[in-house]
Amino acid sequence: MDEFILEMKGIVKEFSGVKALNDVSFKVRVGQIHALCGENGAGKSTLMKVLSGVYPHGTYQGEIVFNQKNLIIRNISDAEQVGIAIIHQELALFTELPVYENIFMGNELHSKGFVNIPAMLAKTQELLKEMKLDVSPYTLIKHLGTGQQQLVEIAKALSKNAQMLILDEPTASLSEGEVEILMNILAELKAKGVTCIYISHKLDEVFRLADTVTVIRDGKSIGTEQIKDLTKDDIVKMMVGREIADLYPKEVHVTDQEVLAVKNYTVYDTNESNKEIVHNVSFSLKRGEVLGFSGLVGAGRTELVSAIYGFHSGKRSGEVYLNGQKITINNPNDALQQGIAMVPEDRKRHGIIESMSVKENMTLANIDHYRVRLDGIDDCKELDDANQYMAKLKIKTPGLDTFIKNLSGGNQQKVVLAKFLLRTLKVLILDEPTRGIDVGAKYEIYNLINRLAAEGIGIIMISSDLPEILGMADRIIVMNAGQVNGEFINKNIDQEQIMHCAVGRVAQ
Amino acid sequence: MTTQVENTKLATTGEKKNLFKAFFNFDVKTYTMILALVSIWLIFSIATNGDFLTSRNLSNLFRQMSITGILSIGMVFIIITGHIDLSAGSLMGLLGGIVAILNVWFKLDGIVAIGITLIVGLGIGLCNGWLVAYKKIPAFIVTLGGLLVFRGILVGMTKGTTVASLGPEIRFLGNAYLIDGIGIVLGLLAVCALIYNSFNGRKLRIQYGLSITPLSIEVVKIIFAAVLIGLVVTVLNSYQGFPVPVLIIVILAVIFSYILTKTVFGRRVYAIGGNGEAAKLCGINVPKMTLIIFAMHGLLVAIAGILLTSRLNAASVAAGQNAEMDAIAACVIGGASLAGGVGSVGGAIVGALVMSSLDNGMSMLNIETFWQYIVKGAILVIAVWFDIATKNKK
Repeated sequence: MDEFILEMKGIVKEFSGVKALNDVSFKVRVGQIHALCGENGAGKSTLMKVLSGVYPHGTYQGEIVFNQKNLIIRNISDAEQVGIAIIHQELALFTELPVYENIFMGNELHSKGFVNIPAMLAKTQELLKEMKLDVSPYTLIKHLGTGQQQLVEIAKALSKNAQMLILDEPTASLSEGEVEILMNILAELKAKGVTCIYISHKLDEVFRLADTVTVIRDGKSIGTEQIKDLTKDDIVKMMVGREIADLYPKEVHVTDQEVLAVKNYTVYDTNESNKEIVHNVSFSLKRGEVLGFSGLVGAGRTELVSAIYGFHSGKRSGEVYLNGQKITINNPNDALQQGIAMVPEDRKRHGIIESMSVKENMTLANIDHYRVRLDGIDDCKELDDANQYMAKLKIKTPGLDTFIKNLSGGNQQKVVLAKFLLRTLKVLILDEPTRGIDVGAKYEIYNLINRLAAEGIGIIMISSDLPEILGMADRIIVMNAGQVNGEFINKNIDQEQIMHCAVGRVAQ
Repeated sequence: MTTQVENTKLATTGEKKNLFKAFFNFDVKTYTMILALVSIWLIFSIATNGDFLTSRNLSNLFRQMSITGILSIGMVFIIITGHIDLSAGSLMGLLGGIVAILNVWFKLDGIVAIGITLIVGLGIGLCNGWLVAYKKIPAFIVTLGGLLVFRGILVGMTKGTTVASLGPEIRFLGNAYLIDGIGIVLGLLAVCALIYNSFNGRKLRIQYGLSITPLSIEVVKIIFAAVLIGLVVTVLNSYQGFPVPVLIIVILAVIFSYILTKTVFGRRVYAIGGNGEAAKLCGINVPKMTLIIFAMHGLLVAIAGILLTSRLNAASVAAGQNAEMDAIAACVIGGASLAGGVGSVGGAIVGALVMSSLDNGMSMLNIETFWQYIVKGAILVIAVWFDIATKNKK
């Protein structure tokens, strides 16, 4: 029991001069569930990508010993060959193909040069049974829930005789019931001797499942401890490297003037026009207030704010009042003209334009204001403004003409924020404003939220990060299955109350 | 405020270190493209014992490239927004046919015929744009359909015959030369515009306290451009004068280059191509922009069609066949990305010049047609290969 199945020693991985991993050492014992914790951007995923062959041997320094053998992993199939399988946060399944073809994708059973479908079906059935997954091997992946898809991924890994399973945030988009199933499956796999590396932010899960935990911060391994010797606070302290109280520099600027009121808002699915995603939601927002929206993924928060902003392509109904006046918003331009802006959740898909420079991204939503004769752009005024906001938001970039894709996530996010701050705003909607950015940049964004609230802007902040929403919001609305399930004044409430409300239990 | 001053200082010291780099400030891609063009010209000059570089041939070359060039200008807008137009060649043939039929069969005045043709071009562009922007049919499909439909209409309209002998106004556009004086005046005007533009820009930048490139570099740049303009004018004048189609493409290139690089509209074109969803979130009306771009392209195709008919003094059923491929190739050689978001008018024109130079040079050498196809195709693939290879190195 005491021998190490895996030892990673002195791993250094650089990305264009920046050390994502700096001399990380990581040891995993046979047959254990080993949790890997750390803030976003701490280097967990990078480390696992080194291990699983996504970054081939030679692009990093250091050595990997697996089963007492020095490993040279050139690609993902090398890693699979020795029995290391990774299940990424974003599932890599083919949604239009049946379960059994997904399980054997790239690894098809064959006889005499032909694909041996009966053998694959039989093996799939066996695996599904092991996963306690009651579906036919012929079911298309798109007809399965996210939790079931996750289990198919695990089945796929097991079909390759994986000795070591790496799960990257497996429960990020699962319901509580699905999490329960996954936990049981993992416990069973452990009993069968499969070693598991479990990356998660959710400390409850870590405490429930793991035997050992390693914490990584800023690309360095901070420590490896037995879980029974630790408390949650210990892990959090190891993760952030300082007391949590520092993390949220909350200031209160809430006034009693209402700036935005949303009444009886219902949003329908884009594809199925009679399926409601948001049902009859009403809320109001005051000047200078930070209104937090909490809830599980899929609770309809993003759809609600997108619809208010005019970005939702499906049907919607309800009324929106700005400063007491009813307004109609049919597209994002209408919203911007009214002084409502939205920083989207998916930065890469909806926030930045990779082929454009930092400056061009920054001024895009406000480009009308630089228009001079012949539809020309006042270059100097534009550059002047961009320079000012670069300094104001402490955007770290080699220059304003640098392509935005070369910036770190946190700095990209600041550019996306600057894009809308260049306009005069009444309401700012932030959808997961700190997802995937480092602690320092987070802190700056929180300060910025304070500053904007002080200016009298009403702020709606969607966040799935409970400590963040408790740390920054004045008032919290909790959504569940498209409805408001509770509303809290952010005083003397804790994570559990919000969580209970988010999973469907009615608040007092 | 202090930070800004520091920024400015940093920028100036940085630039002093890189005088050389600042001079060759433009896109590396443009630079390699021009290098490629020069080497193609060099090869042909040697192969033809200098005949390629005679003013007569260069004048012809510029005239030939003007049609592909105009198509490429419209095409590069379409490509930057992430779409494609496969119907440009057929549409050019059809619009060339319309102007000829109006003028020859219906005896309409040349100017009126041209006016109607431009409106038809704009209308068809709007129609394509509407299908793409509002009906969400992929541009590939809409224009693939157009490729067949427009050619079909042309054949049906002309009943398969050649419509020939156009009026003098129309012939003028594609064939006439301007007297020497006009060419010189145009050249001088261009140089003056450059100087004004450069110094006005410097004044404004100083006013805002922004960094500026050293004066010496600015002057060297302007002299370099002036010499180039002078050279072109001299070469054209020493044959028969400034050809009208070349004048038309120069004017269009200046206008559309301005639109793409200096205007709010142009900035939005790049935004839509780079990330349509993000552009929409920034309040940009993406369908409306797409519609306008297709309409604009239709207008440019009409101009190209009129020039083509004018130059040949006839409209035939095969006119403009495969011209869309030349235009797309020109854009891509000129650095445009079919994924959208990247490209330039200048690049597209240099690309068109490359394609036309290959046609012209190989014809001079009496190289058989099949070789011409093979060489042009190979050059396209090599150009893009080279582009991708240099990008990966960075």
